[in-house]
Amino acid sequence: MIWPLDIIIVSMVIICGIAAISIKDLLGAAILFGAYSFMMCLLWSVMGAVDVAFTEASVGAGVSTVFFVAAVFRTSRRSKD
Amino acid sequence: MESIGDLIIAKYNYWAVITLLLIGLYAMIAKKNLVKKIIGMNIFQTAIILFYVSIGSKKGATIPIILHGPAGSSHAVHAADYINPLPHVLMLTAIVVSVATLGVALALAMKIYSQYGTLEEDEILEKIMESETG
Amino acid sequence: MRTLGLIAAFCLGGLLFFISFDFPSWGDALSPASRHVSPYYIEHSLEDTSVPNIVTAVLADYRGFDTLFETAVIFSAGLACFFLVRVSERQVPAARFYRHLATGITFRIEKGGRLPEGTGEFERIDSLWVPYDVIIGMTCRLVVPFIQLFALYVIAHGHHSPGGGFQGGVIFGAAIILFAISTNLRRTLKRMSERSSALLSSLGVLIYAGTGLLCLFMGAGFLNYRALAAILGVDQVAARSDGILIVESGVGIAVAAVMVWIYYNLSSAGKQDEGL
Repeated sequence: MIWPLDIIIVSMVIICGIAAISIKDLLGAAILFGAYSFMMCLLWSVMGAVDVAFTEASVGAGVSTVFFVAAVFRTSRRSKD
Repeated sequence: MESIGDLIIAKYNYWAVITLLLIGLYAMIAKKNLVKKIIGMNIFQTAIILFYVSIGSKKGATIPIILHGPAGSSHAVHAADYINPLPHVLMLTAIVVSVATLGVALALAMKIYSQYGTLEEDEILEKIMESETG
Repeated sequence: MRTLGLIAAFCLGGLLFFISFDFPSWGDALSPASRHVSPYYIEHSLEDTSVPNIVTAVLADYRGFDTLFETAVIFSAGLACFFLVRVSERQVPAARFYRHLATGITFRIEKGGRLPEGTGEFERIDSLWVPYDVIIGMTCRLVVPFIQLFALYVIAHGHHSPGGGFQGGVIFGAAIILFAISTNLRRTLKRMSERSSALLSSLGVLIYAGTGLLCLFMGAGFLNYRALAAILGVDQVAARSDGILIVESGVGIAVAAVMVWIYYNLSSAGKQDEGL
């Protein structure tokens, strides 16, 4: 637990989260959500939860991004808000 | 009496959890696009998971994998030396379940799109109203 | 709706901020969460199960019921995806596209006609804009076996390092998804059909539940791996370690197959002929 490092990663997580819900392009939102998940994975590995971080790196940053991209590809990329 | 700096270091993790919770909740309530709502739901889930993980952390402790020498050599294991593994176990399964629910949610969104041709909530509601009256 | 959402979010945020001062401070070793149950797991898991990674020991042994039903949840999510989006009728596309591999020329063949499959000179593509990229295809083909090997390592080495059935299963599924993205869905379905992914996902849950039932038949409680000592021919502590490996591989099979299955359904909108 190194708290200066931790604060930097926490602010990155929050920035990525806000960006993921405010961008108008859904494909961009999916990619930003992947970045959010990866920052979250870094945060958990800083906190010492290595198993949780490993799971998030493979699930959140990997497979869920693919699911989002597949769904956006099969529906529409447009979003009004 | 602890100083303000100590207080911030002790609590800022919970504040980050609260901020992420609010981002997720706001996205679920206010965004009209279904995929945005699903992203909000996932942010909400990860905020809860972050809360559990930050509860389990201990100062001066290492990751919950016991140091062990060659077979036969044993030494006493103290609970204070290792981070609390219980929240990790609960949250590990929660993450994998969250990707499964994400798949189901996206499948539902896809079904709605094939029915109504749009992912915006207000347009879907309009089309439902039209089909009921007309 | 937007102002309502903001008001609701800020009310909740204010309340949560107010009670955050009553939480134990971050990193407090004496917080209530780490005083009651977890010291037992930390101090006894090595002598009970001979597994150094406490998370794996608690996940598959002490809290085995929890993990069993989480696996069942994942399996039912795969089933739900299948029933939601899968369409059974196979409509013939209006036109098929074939690419001549040697020259890169694309043919468009109207409904009714098709080029002979299996000559090796032509490759069927989904639409005109599919790029012909040697580098991506070859790199992914080279990388996929190593990712699969790493996934098996993660499952098998979960006792000593971070990892286990869930992570390894997801990585294995991700390797197959990478193959599907870098080539196309039809070729992937030839390697791992939808039927086999469905069967494998139920097989994984069955391995887990079957291990529990086996323990029950050997005279111990459900998922009490000590009863497996007689079958495996080891002492009771090693039997618990081996039992963890058996159920973790079941979890890995189920998770990998479900991830691939959900990807098949999502990426082709249930038609399972054209992928991403």
